[in-house]
Amino acid sequence: MKTLNHFLIVLLSLGGLISASATLAQNQAQEITYDRILNAAEEPQNWLTYNGGYASQRYSELDQITPRNIDDLEVKWTLQNQVFGAWQTNPIVIDGIMYITQRPNDVMAVDAVTGRVFWMYRHTNAENARVCCGANNRGVAVLGDKVYMGTQDAHLIALDRINGKPLWKVKVGDVNFAYSITMAPLIVKDKVIVGVGGGEYGIRGFVVAYDAETGEEAWKFYTIPGPGEPGHDSWDGDDWEHGGAPIWITGSFDPELNLTYWGVGNPGPDWNAAQRPGDNLYSDSVIALDADTGELKWHFQFTPNDGYDYDAVQVPLLVDMDWNGTPSKLMLWANRNGYFYVLDRVTGKYLLGKNYVKVNWSSGLDENGRPFATPQPEGMPTWPGNQGATNWYPPSYSPRTGLFYFSAWEDYATIYRAEEQEYEPGRAFLGGGFTVLTPAQGAPGVGIGRTNPINTWTDEVGHAALMAMDPQTGEAKWKYEQFDVSDSGMLTTASDLLFTGGREGHFHALDARTGELLWKASLGGQIVMAPITFMVDGVQYITVVSGHAMSTFALRD
Amino acid sequence: MTYPPQKHRLQSLLSPRLWRLSCLLLLATGGQSVAQESDHQYTSEAIQAGSRVYVQQCALCHGPQGETVDGINLRLGQFRTARTDDDLAGVISGGAAGGRMPAFTLRPEELNGVIAYIRAGFDPSGVAISIGDATRGKALFEGKGECASCHRVNGKGPRTAPDLSDIGVLRTPAILQNSMVAPAATLLPINRAVRIVTRREETVFGRRLNEDTYTVQLIDANEQLRSFVKADLVSYELSSEPVHQPTTLSGDEVADLVGYLLTLRGMQ
Repeated sequence: MKTLNHFLIVLLSLGGLISASATLAQNQAQEITYDRILNAAEEPQNWLTYNGGYASQRYSELDQITPRNIDDLEVKWTLQNQVFGAWQTNPIVIDGIMYITQRPNDVMAVDAVTGRVFWMYRHTNAENARVCCGANNRGVAVLGDKVYMGTQDAHLIALDRINGKPLWKVKVGDVNFAYSITMAPLIVKDKVIVGVGGGEYGIRGFVVAYDAETGEEAWKFYTIPGPGEPGHDSWDGDDWEHGGAPIWITGSFDPELNLTYWGVGNPGPDWNAAQRPGDNLYSDSVIALDADTGELKWHFQFTPNDGYDYDAVQVPLLVDMDWNGTPSKLMLWANRNGYFYVLDRVTGKYLLGKNYVKVNWSSGLDENGRPFATPQPEGMPTWPGNQGATNWYPPSYSPRTGLFYFSAWEDYATIYRAEEQEYEPGRAFLGGGFTVLTPAQGAPGVGIGRTNPINTWTDEVGHAALMAMDPQTGEAKWKYEQFDVSDSGMLTTASDLLFTGGREGHFHALDARTGELLWKASLGGQIVMAPITFMVDGVQYITVVSGHAMSTFALRD
Repeated sequence: MTYPPQKHRLQSLLSPRLWRLSCLLLLATGGQSVAQESDHQYTSEAIQAGSRVYVQQCALCHGPQGETVDGINLRLGQFRTARTDDDLAGVISGGAAGGRMPAFTLRPEELNGVIAYIRAGFDPSGVAISIGDATRGKALFEGKGECASCHRVNGKGPRTAPDLSDIGVLRTPAILQNSMVAPAATLLPINRAVRIVTRREETVFGRRLNEDTYTVQLIDANEQLRSFVKADLVSYELSSEPVHQPTTLSGDEVADLVGYLLTLRGMQ
């Protein structure tokens, strides 16, 4: 009876116990401070940001799973998505707790060891919320006691990290003009930063920072310069007001330079470049913004006056390595337009550019990295095709191999059709259309996602190559070809393993040095995000989303 | 010890002495016992009579479930401006919304009945709930009532008990009152208190968040989210009792607390 009384008394005074027992608890989770995120590499047991750290390398120091024991990998748990549609969430893992989203805007806190859910928050979007290409959400960011999520109806919500209750919500963009948020926010210092989607709806893109505690706006940078601002003359008339240039992929951060880096999406209307003469800055560019003020430090435009939907929404991947014998701060970028780039991330200076797939929209790059445009005659195919030579899915860089890994689409082309289109608020603003080049009339083309269990388009319409790029030369050291195309991101580890997948639903591990296939599991659903890895109680786990299922692997006990 | 351990459902966590004490406390409040007072405030006859008045006079605009006018849900006690019973009587007798709701001339027992029916959550067999002053209720919540020592509201307070930031849209007035007067009858089963002893001899107290055959998830006394594999536990005890006892507050005070809780509508 004494025990039972004790039980009751403890529960009665749960509230009062908090401060007293905090120092005693063995498993007390530490607060997620900016310093922890800054030094994420020092705690590889956690996955603290969208790309695993500010440099966005998606490389982990964990090495319990190795090429030797990988045959002992087995599924420890699977969590089924409760809604249909491609699942693009990227988990954040902190001290054994995983934070994920499911479409359109549910957030869950999950036990990373069992896959069981502690709490779920459900945001109901405005009925007129719209996104071009699926009600996706790519995950949350965490700082302090809060979890942050952007919503389809262009709000940013802060939740209590422990109980999932909403603490504040701010309107980021106007849903009536089809602004949306699908990206995971980026935490820098005391700010939470998001960009907006809507490049197919004639928005004027921007990236905006809020005080992470209060939700008060700190700075905002428009990706299309307004009248009087540098770059405004790259637009004609009032085209700038609805010229697109969204930001829907999480950026990177260099704390020494105090610069955040963001990939900017396509100009609008997508396929009628002649309707918006000029370079259309800063569409299809990478921009470097001061982390405290949002001031533009430099930009580099990959595809001026783009008529092919070649969003530069890739992850800015930051590496420090020698360049021509000098230790350098670099940025590696495999672009949707088919070229691989190396930039100096201090100044934005172009250092190297080479096409990694067949390219015919341009005949090459000049000394500043600007393409020589070679638009194809009407009705003729353009390489790479509309979905790009690669896209938003995150690449990886292993400092051990010095290689940059990403999913490329080979032998894939599109025939574009441009049309004049008047802008109407909130409506699709595409300026034409396209068809995928196929070897036979009426044959199936590759779509945005895979919806057919039979690959009726075949590799003749396009297929994936996992490329291991040597950034020093711009040449792939090796590549691993797949029959279907792939929208899978990459993960590398300190045991020289490379984990990735594709639309076929195969989750596989390769030798990061040689590209040799070491292990695979047929998970059955398309893999459209990168795997992550973490460790709890001395066990290394790998988590990957395939179809509607999130599966977590570890070595057999 | 057997693995996995049997889950014990504790019939009562109270010692006989403590139980007698709490009964005495209840008795000590005597005529102020809320359940009694509420029963006396509106009789079952009044509620049933009110249901007939409602169907005849009110349902045309407010709908059979009381939710067809924007911003109002009569059944859930959601009104535009009215809070107290006197407010409701004033709106019904005097009209509202610039004449869009006309003034109704009801006999006192009809007026009394329709308010009773609304306060009973449209349940003719239910108990009418008195809704008091939200400002006084807030003071009670944070002070004398000691609610805030376990419950969190809008980011303030401990997370060990359920967060009440949006409780006003989740619960009816009747359930809110009962959660204070008869907590055992309203405790959601998922929220039961648990005590766990692990094989590492760690004892963990908490509130259950989720459970399946092989695992259980909870928030512990340190506000940490914890997940346990049952096979790794020495014991797992689940309390059938709510953490707090029936309130000793007066009926008016409970009404004020209900009034306050109904204002907690989450993030809009």
